[in-house]
Amino acid sequence: MPKFEFERGKMVPVPSHSIVPERDVNSAPVLEALHLGIDFGGLKAVDDFNLTIGRTEIAGLIGPNGAGKTTVFNLLTKVYAPTRGTILLNGHDTSGKTVHQVNRMGIARTFQNIRLFDTMTVEENVKVGLHNTKAYSTLSGILRTPSYWKREREAHERALELLSLFDMQDLANHQAGSLPYGAQRRLEIVRALATNPSLLLLDEPAAGMNPSETADLMENIVKIRDTFNIAIMLIEHDMNLVMNICEGICVLNFGRVIAKGTAEEIQNNEAVIEAYLGKQKEA
Amino acid sequence: MSVFLQYLANGLTMGSVYAIIALGYTMVYGIAKMLNFAHGDVIMIGAYISFCVTSYLELPAIVSVLAAVAVCTALGILIEGLAYKPLRQAGPLAVLITAIGVSYFLQNAAQLIWGATPKNFTSIVSFPVPEGLRAYNVSAVGIVTVVACLVIMAGLMWFTGRTKMGKAMRACSEDKAAAQLMGINVNRTISMTFAIGSALAAIAGVLLCSYSPVLQPTTGSMPGIKAFTAAVFGGIGSIPGAFVGGILLGIIEAMAQAYISTSLANSIVFGVLIVVLLVKPAGLFGKYVPEKV
Repeated sequence: MPKFEFERGKMVPVPSHSIVPERDVNSAPVLEALHLGIDFGGLKAVDDFNLTIGRTEIAGLIGPNGAGKTTVFNLLTKVYAPTRGTILLNGHDTSGKTVHQVNRMGIARTFQNIRLFDTMTVEENVKVGLHNTKAYSTLSGILRTPSYWKREREAHERALELLSLFDMQDLANHQAGSLPYGAQRRLEIVRALATNPSLLLLDEPAAGMNPSETADLMENIVKIRDTFNIAIMLIEHDMNLVMNICEGICVLNFGRVIAKGTAEEIQNNEAVIEAYLGKQKEA
Repeated sequence: MSVFLQYLANGLTMGSVYAIIALGYTMVYGIAKMLNFAHGDVIMIGAYISFCVTSYLELPAIVSVLAAVAVCTALGILIEGLAYKPLRQAGPLAVLITAIGVSYFLQNAAQLIWGATPKNFTSIVSFPVPEGLRAYNVSAVGIVTVVACLVIMAGLMWFTGRTKMGKAMRACSEDKAAAQLMGINVNRTISMTFAIGSALAAIAGVLLCSYSPVLQPTTGSMPGIKAFTAAVFGGIGSIPGAFVGGILLGIIEAMAQAYISTSLANSIVFGVLIVVLLVKPAGLFGKYVPEKV
C-alpha cells in the first residue's frame, strides 16, 4: 500500500518520511517520533506525528497559532505523556521515562515565555543545567572534600565557557531576572546547552527580537550546531529565520503534519499556503 | 532592668526553638509549596525518641540526639512518600487536609505507644553557667539552643547557596517544570527537603523538651503553630525570614508574659502577626508577588 495521509477528505502525499539531510545518512537519527499523538478530552491535539531528525540537523516546526507545535515539544520532553506513539531518542525508547530522565538521555529545551530561575545568578542558572554532569555527591558537598572543590571549580569554568559563547561571561554574577530581554533569551539557550543535550529544542527563540537581534540569533544557532555537533529543532514564526537556517521543515495544522521538506518545497506546497492564507476562491 | 534581661534570655531561647522549627516549615513550603502541619508532631516524635534512648537504654545524650535525628529524617521521607507524593497533582486543599490528618495520626500513634501521661524529660545538656549570667536566667540549654540555631541557620544558608543539592532546591522552588527539564529529579529534591526539615524538627524537639521538660503527645502542636506563625511573620519561603521571625516571636511572647499578662501572651503573639500581615502581607522578608492574570 502506498503511504498516504488523509487530511479533511483530501489526499496529501507526505513528501518524505524522513527529512534527514544527505550528510547524515550513515549515522542513526537523533530523534524518531512514530505515530505520536495526544488527546485532551475529545480533542486530538496532536495526531499521527512522524518525524525523524538527523544527528546534526537544524529542523523547523512551523504552523499557524494553535496548531500544536508547543504540544509536540511537550510530548518530546515528556511534560505530557503521549496517548499514542513512540519516541526514540538516539535509538532508545523514551516510553515510561520522566521529564528529568529524558533530559539526561539528551534532550533539552527553552521556553516560549522565558522561564529562568530569576532570583538566582546567571552563573547559578547555568550550573543548575550542569547539575547532572557534575558527579559530586551531596555528602562530599556537605563535607567539602577536595573532590567537591575540584568539581565546583570545573563547574565554574564550564559555566563561564558556555556563557562566553554568547559573550555573557561578564554577566555571570548578575541576577538572571534583572537581565535585559535579549540576554535572558540567550541565557535560556546556554542553560539548556549546559545539560549536554544531543537535541536542543528552541521554542520561538526569536520572539520579541528586532531584525538585527534575529540575524545574530540565526548566526548563533548555526554556531551552536557546529560547535557542539548537535541537532536543533525550533518552533518559530519568523519565516525569514526558518527558511534561512532550517535544513528540514515540518508544518503542523490542527495537530497533524501537513507537509515536510526543505524550505523551497514548503514554500511551494499548496496545503501549507492554504493553512496560512486560507483557500483561494475560484474566480 | 533585670526582669527585662531575664525575659529577654527566655525569649531568645524559645525564639531559637521557634526559628529552628520555622526553618523546616519554610523550606518545605518554599520547595513543595505546601504547609506541612504535621511538622510540629515530628518535633514531638523526635523528643520521645531522645527520651527513650536516654531513659530506657541509658545511652549518652549525644547518642539520643543522633537517634532522634535519624528517626525523624526517615519519618519525614516516609510521610512525604506515603501521604503527600500521591497528591502532587491534587489541589492545595487536599494536601492541607492530608497534612492535618498526618498530624493527628502522629499524635494518636504517640499516645498509643507512649501513653497520654506526660513524661518528665531530662535536659540533654548540663554544664555550669557563670554566676553573672545565671542571675539573668541564662541556662545551659538556653546557650546551646541559641548557638544551635545560629549554626543551623548558617549551615542552611551555605547549603542552599553553595551546594549542588541546594541549587537544585532553589531551582525547584522557583519553577519545578523548568527544573525538571534541566534534569533535576524534583521528587528526590522534595524528599530531601522533607528529610532536612524533619532532622531540624528532631533537634528542635530535643531542645524544646530540655527547656520545658513536659513531654506528651500534644507537646509539638503549639510550638508547631507558633513556628508556622513565625515563618509567615518572616515571609514564608525565606530562610533568613524564618530565623528572624522565630527570634522576634520568641521575644515578643516573653515580653508579653513579663509586662502584660501570661495568659494573654498567646493572643498578643497572634495579634502581632495579624498586624504585620495587614501592613506587610508577604511578611518581613517575603517578596509580594501579585497574582498573574
